Amino acid sequence: MTSLIIRAKELLENKTVQVVIGYEAGPTGVARPAFITDPAKAESLIYDERCVQNLAVYLTKREVKNIGKMAIVATLPVMRSIMMLISEQQLFADNIVVLGISADGKLLDIADNKVMQGYIEKSDLSNPEKYKGLLTEFNKLSPEEKFLYWQKELSKCIKCYACRQACPMCYCTRCTVEVNQPQWIPVKANTHGNMEWHILRAMHLAGRCISCGECGRACPVGIPCHLLTMHLTDQVYNYFKVYAGTSEKMSSVLSTYEPNDKESFII
Amino acid sequence: METTRKLIRKQSLEKLYNILSTTRKVYAPVIASDKQVEYKYNPAFTDVTFDHIRSTLSVKNVVFPKVENLFYYTNKQTESTITDIDLNKIQDVVLWGAHPCDNAAFDTLRSIFCWDITDEFFAKRLEKLVVIGFSCHLSDEYCFCTSVGLTPNSTKGSDILLSRLKNGDYHAEILTEKGNAIVSISPELFESVTNEEAEITSVKQKFNHEQVTAKLATAFENPFWVANSLRCIGCGACAYVCPTCACFDIQDEASGKEGKRYRSWDSCGFGLFTLHTSGHNPRNVQSQRWRQRIMHKFSYMPERNNSLGCVGCGRCSSGCPVDMNIAEQLEALQNI
Amino acid sequence: MSDSIYKPYLMEIEQIVEETPDVRTYRLKFKNAEEAEKFSFKAGQFGEYSVLGEGESTFCVASSPTRQGYIECTFRKAGRVTNALANLELGDTVGFRGPYGNTFPIEEWEGKNLLYIAGGIALPPMRCVIWNTIDLRNKYKDITIVYGARSVSDLVYKHELKEWEDRPDIKLITTVDPGGQTPDWKGEIGFVPMVLEKAAPSSENTVAILCGPPVMIKFTMPVLKKLGFKDKDIYTTLENRMKCGFGKCGRCNVGKVFVCKDGPVFSYEQILTLPEEY
Repeated sequence: MTSLIIRAKELLENKTVQVVIGYEAGPTGVARPAFITDPAKAESLIYDERCVQNLAVYLTKREVKNIGKMAIVATLPVMRSIMMLISEQQLFADNIVVLGISADGKLLDIADNKVMQGYIEKSDLSNPEKYKGLLTEFNKLSPEEKFLYWQKELSKCIKCYACRQACPMCYCTRCTVEVNQPQWIPVKANTHGNMEWHILRAMHLAGRCISCGECGRACPVGIPCHLLTMHLTDQVYNYFKVYAGTSEKMSSVLSTYEPNDKESFII
Repeated sequence: METTRKLIRKQSLEKLYNILSTTRKVYAPVIASDKQVEYKYNPAFTDVTFDHIRSTLSVKNVVFPKVENLFYYTNKQTESTITDIDLNKIQDVVLWGAHPCDNAAFDTLRSIFCWDITDEFFAKRLEKLVVIGFSCHLSDEYCFCTSVGLTPNSTKGSDILLSRLKNGDYHAEILTEKGNAIVSISPELFESVTNEEAEITSVKQKFNHEQVTAKLATAFENPFWVANSLRCIGCGACAYVCPTCACFDIQDEASGKEGKRYRSWDSCGFGLFTLHTSGHNPRNVQSQRWRQRIMHKFSYMPERNNSLGCVGCGRCSSGCPVDMNIAEQLEALQNI
Repeated sequence: MSDSIYKPYLMEIEQIVEETPDVRTYRLKFKNAEEAEKFSFKAGQFGEYSVLGEGESTFCVASSPTRQGYIECTFRKAGRVTNALANLELGDTVGFRGPYGNTFPIEEWEGKNLLYIAGGIALPPMRCVIWNTIDLRNKYKDITIVYGARSVSDLVYKHELKEWEDRPDIKLITTVDPGGQTPDWKGEIGFVPMVLEKAAPSSENTVAILCGPPVMIKFTMPVLKKLGFKDKDIYTTLENRMKCGFGKCGRCNVGKVFVCKDGPVFSYEQILTLPEEY
């Protein structure tokens, strides 16, 4: 994608940024994150249908931040992640250049956060089409069937925490599962503890998940754990008519009380 | 023991499987509903896959389960009692269908668990294990057994190694006494060997592991580690799918006055792995943890355990969500 | 069948000393006489101490092998296990696995001067070897102990410090960080490296044993070098996180070394060959 390469090169050459976070092709042809610091290497940047990872996860990683000011190749989920990170004070808008990519793969001119906000607001923020069918199917199941389904799926979990590590919103330096006083979640991977972990993860992301699907994509044993957070995204929208990652001033739905909040969930 | 070579007809293989699976635990690969290749105990022969490249998880859990109880305890007032696990209750298991890389990993694991005092949990499970391995007639771009001193039909770690012939029959190499014992269950299924050639896949050599080990001796401070691990997100997927990763955690689990101590898989890729209670962390950033993973397998283990810590199965790379391709990195390290 | 390598001995708490508001010393006695009979250890070795249901924690045996019939451990309340340990009372049960690791080469040190330098909670890993050499006093020449803590209340083993101070055959220098003194404090005020430099013990025929927080080690090493100590004559202990204690769980791996098997005692000469992951 020539326009992206030219823009990346320019940003590095005029020292606007020290690193461009984008995608490159690995030796097996898989697209993977690239961290370009040398303008001469901007040529290796790619953008095509293989580039699906949510790169925003790197914006809070210490060794990446240490390089300096960052530019990031940002599809809609990345832009929404950036908004969330700014609203949760994990990122300063001034420290980042957004190389926006439109749904049809074109480089966008995202001059500042207002422009980005405008772009996000115009976009469809509901869960991605490819998951909607599954979510609908899933909602048809009875509570018992749902429980059995997740029990079977989560028994496969090996607690590698790829779902957490791949998620831009899971930036805590010490995750609840790493706290042992008290031990909220058992260290070992057994069905019961695995369920506790995935419910906890989903609940911590309710109202914060921007529906990128990274957690499910990262899972090495193929657990569709993104369905849990996406389901909650639907629920939050149904109750509060809000999607996460739409503005840098947004406060988290589930940790904010509004007098007119629906309370129909209180039994 | 001297290796003996036999022939098993296609139909005899099914008979052998059925005899074994009706008399003991047989752990064999199947393709699950979500297309993942997983090992199950005693699946029907028709469900067993013979055409998989690699299972999602390795088979190390037959000797090193993801959770293993170490003992049970009871606390009463000031008196406590500890009850050992009865290792004699560990059952015989036939591992069926695992590939040469996975089977070679049992030797690697032994070099970790038994290099000094014997870890009796591991040793007992290994003693009770009979490995009927299958050579590889398929491979993909992630395979690199030939770079770590193995081949798609290495016999290391197998008690019997079967290699498929073009007509669907199998050559059987009977390698150990355990293998002989399997043959003697139904000797009529093992016929005289033919000249027909086995279908063995070819796996391109990507690096020379001895040269890599030599390079690593002076590569600790190399900028390579930071430059090549920025994309590592620090999950434990590579370690957990790896057939030779053996690091573990020890934890207690209490239920009122009773409970148990268990060990479970752990990963040097986690920040918590080395974190002191004081907050000091000897491996503070991800590049240091990635370096540890490579150094441990390709530098420390060859020197310390007299064994390379990798069998080239490629799971860590195919399973990595951010394409941390280990063979690619080792190839680059060989040339730094 | 012999006992599992993961099975701890059951010990009873026979004595509790409150060293500081958050540091305790336990004297532990084997519940099983046969186990007590078979047990032996050497200075420098460590163990895995546990509260059944809470987990295990690693610290050295703080008593000297010359004092038989019990072992002692000193720990600071810090994490889950040490907090649980601190909640125990006399007569309660503590699990112990060990002894593990290597030892201070005290036989090699015979006929030499010994200089012990410790900071804060790092006196416990050294207390074992200090008492061991004091109990074999005639085999060693001068014994000097430099011990510092943040404040007077953070000094551990207060009555032993008194005992060492009163003995004519031991030279004890205690110090607290500036601001950490009390009105009646008679020791030094200042950080360990500065106090050591001022005391300037001779490096002639002397072995230095150094234990303390990383920052103390960092600033004490140049002082020792200035005093003429050779790398091979400086010993320290590494305190990497551990789980198994016998070289299998992988946690304390530093370079090709397992701190639990090849350590915890290392000469500075050996430390220099290790990657800085401790």
